[in-house]
Amino acid sequence: MNKLIELKNITKTFDDSQVLKGINLDINENEFLTLLGPSGCGKTTTLRIIAGFEEQDKGELLFNGIEISKVPPYKREFNTVFQKYALFPHLNVFDNVAFGLTIKKTDKNVIKQKVERMLKLVGLEGFGQRDVTLLSGGQQQRVAIARALVNEPKVLLLDEPLGALDAKLRKEMQAELKKIQIEVGITFIYVTHDQEEALSMSDTVVVMNNGEIQQIGTPTDIYNEPENRFVAEFIGESNIIDAIMLKDCLVQFDGFDFECVDKGFKENEEVEVVIRPEDIDIVKKGNAKLEGVVKSIVFKGVHYEILVETSERTYMIHTTDYFETGLEVGLSFGPEDIHVMYKD
Amino acid sequence: MRHFKNLVRPYLVWSFLIIVIPLFLIFMYAVTTNGNSLINIQFTLDNFKKFIEPVYITVFMKSIKLGAITVAICLILGYALAFIISKFKEKTQDILILFVTVPMWINMLLRTYAWMSLLSDNGVVNSLLGFLGIDPIKMMYTDFSVIVGLVCNFLPFMIIPIHTSLAKMDKSLIEASYDLGANPVQTFFKVIFKLSLPGVVNGVIMVFLLSISTFVIPKLLGGGQFVLIGNLIENQFISVGDWNFGSAVSLILAIIILVLISVMKKLDIDGMQKGA
Amino acid sequence: MKKTGKAFSILYIFLCFAFFYLPILVTIIFSFNSSKSLTHFSGFSMRWYKALLENSEIMSAVYVSVSIAVISTVISTFLGTLTAIGLSRSRHILREWILNVNNIPIMNPEIVTAIGLMILFSSMKIEKGYLTMLLAHIAFSTPYVITSVYPKVRALDPNLANAAMDLGATPAQALWKVIIPVLKPGIYAGMLLAFTMSFDDFVISYFVTGNGVMNISIIVYNMTKRTNPTINALSTIVILVIFITILVVKLVPILNKRGKKV
Repeated sequence: MNKLIELKNITKTFDDSQVLKGINLDINENEFLTLLGPSGCGKTTTLRIIAGFEEQDKGELLFNGIEISKVPPYKREFNTVFQKYALFPHLNVFDNVAFGLTIKKTDKNVIKQKVERMLKLVGLEGFGQRDVTLLSGGQQQRVAIARALVNEPKVLLLDEPLGALDAKLRKEMQAELKKIQIEVGITFIYVTHDQEEALSMSDTVVVMNNGEIQQIGTPTDIYNEPENRFVAEFIGESNIIDAIMLKDCLVQFDGFDFECVDKGFKENEEVEVVIRPEDIDIVKKGNAKLEGVVKSIVFKGVHYEILVETSERTYMIHTTDYFETGLEVGLSFGPEDIHVMYKD
Repeated sequence: MRHFKNLVRPYLVWSFLIIVIPLFLIFMYAVTTNGNSLINIQFTLDNFKKFIEPVYITVFMKSIKLGAITVAICLILGYALAFIISKFKEKTQDILILFVTVPMWINMLLRTYAWMSLLSDNGVVNSLLGFLGIDPIKMMYTDFSVIVGLVCNFLPFMIIPIHTSLAKMDKSLIEASYDLGANPVQTFFKVIFKLSLPGVVNGVIMVFLLSISTFVIPKLLGGGQFVLIGNLIENQFISVGDWNFGSAVSLILAIIILVLISVMKKLDIDGMQKGA
Repeated sequence: MKKTGKAFSILYIFLCFAFFYLPILVTIIFSFNSSKSLTHFSGFSMRWYKALLENSEIMSAVYVSVSIAVISTVISTFLGTLTAIGLSRSRHILREWILNVNNIPIMNPEIVTAIGLMILFSSMKIEKGYLTMLLAHIAFSTPYVITSVYPKVRALDPNLANAAMDLGATPAQALWKVIIPVLKPGIYAGMLLAFTMSFDDFVISYFVTGNGVMNISIIVYNMTKRTNPTINALSTIVILVIFITILVVKLVPILNKRGKKV
């Protein structure tokens, strides 16, 4: 795959607070890349630097190998879908979508054709004459996408585009966005704080915190092999345990040695271990190394969330089976369920 | 949009030249003696001392008195009207308020001029009184005519803020008051009036400062010898030619108003914090 | 009980409106009086309108009022709108400073603003007349435009201009094709305010004019010493023009508001 955009050591400071502390990132052609992190982590600033609404203090921004930091937004071949859509309230749906083409003085017939094709793509056929301010959130969202895509950008930038929608609509739009991305075949850079959204749509997820990249990887990598405590905690719920790496594939915590699949740590290095709640099985007492008492059980819709207190700590377990509180149980997991991370 | 921040520059310069510098000049005139040259400026407080002389203090007190009377009348008439209007349907309210504001858009001088003929000795009002068998009353060039002019011109400034605070009041508060056993009179004084206080304060201060600073209405309806603060300032600049004293009086007037407005803003903010 | 309350309400509204509109009505009626009296209506005639047209002094005052109102409205609307847009992007301190300075002419008694400008012009040795009146009108109108437009700017989606530029518009195009059209209601409101403020102004014009340049207000002020129904004729025209404009501009949106809340 070709590198389309390269960020090299980008830093940015607003009013004495450093929001980006040296971002290095390569973005490939046709990639669906998500910048994921809590609010204030710098993800939106990164996106705005790529779009050209902000300029970095230091570092390089390359597009197809050419430095573009000084290129104003209106000369970049990127288009943006804004957080609250930023639709032009004085223009109807058609004119909103046609805005970019009109600015470029495209032929009227061509505009009409392109806009109508784009409205069809986003499922708004026949909405051209509607007032944008009277559309539902989901429809406004689609207009914003059409308005950006009609210009045939090389890259589409999306800044928390589903944030204003309700949960059900958000799910539908996620699927639709992915479909559109495949259909138009361009790079999407997507900003969100919703880990589920990031994992379900992206080819690559970039987890950010405090102006730094924590981890770059595929959704599966990020989920299964979090590189540090922040990523593990941010992506899904997890049990994070202080541990000692005795040697390759053998880790010690809570007073027991466990086989694992991680290698490359120093001998006796202090590490942290992540075990996802759904990877722990509750078994009969005596059938596992760890033992404890069921403290609480809460039904979460599909699974139960169970807290089991052992002599060392409380584990969270997700399971579809029901266990009485107060029951003494064993906790079992396999070597591949133990994810060892460097300690911060 | 950071590209647009330079758009304020022309106004920054312009407002400095045409708003800030004139204020500074008034200040300079107020604290210097007559006949200054650029090289030889003489500072003095005599212009302010002069204001304490009985003649001018009388003018000042009279302005305050007329302002207070105007405020009181406007408050009673205006609150009643605002309250009644706020009981109508929203659209009717909008239309009624529009008709309250329309006169504000029409030249004050023309409206004051109209009162001159209405109130004159053989004017329309006295003719109407004649029909009722009442002898003509001398109304022009009295406190009465001036107050009529002030109230007519400034009443809308009382009605609008009060109506705004009444209209945006949460109707469920009134229902809650009834629900908790308050009768309509109690509800009015303990809930409605208290909640409309920000509007009342706003209106009172607006009307007061408009009344004490006007010079057209007292001049036209009160006649030449009717002197309020505004007329005093006008005389100093137009007929007497003592710009230094005139500036000092203006400065005093501006400071009074500044203080009143900061009181109003403070109350406004307090009111908003309570509301939040 | 309820019915009498309602009747009382309507009577009260009627009396208040009579108080507001009676002087206006009387002015209009007596402008058609055939005699010079302002108290006894002796018959319908247009003589005062004829007299008005023939009075070159009044006609030149009308010209001064209208031309100053038009020019100062255009300039203050332009200046005020650009400033309001710029303000939303300015540094906090600068914004506070400008907004506070901007409030001075709105809050200050007119007479203080007037003498301030009068002193300014005389100390800068600018000859008082048409130009000083025009400058003064721009000075006191612009703050009203800013106060009308700035809240609308603040209510805008801050990304609107970015969106336009993202789609290929230059900053200037973003301003003309997106920001200004979206702000139109606020700009019109400011424009209307600026125009009527200028057209109705007496106090400030009175202090900063000279060389016999008079607007309508000043000429009325000078003529009030004698009974002169020509003023009624002039008043009637001015009142009707303002009245109809305001009514059309303000009433139409109210009537169009079909319970739709924005």
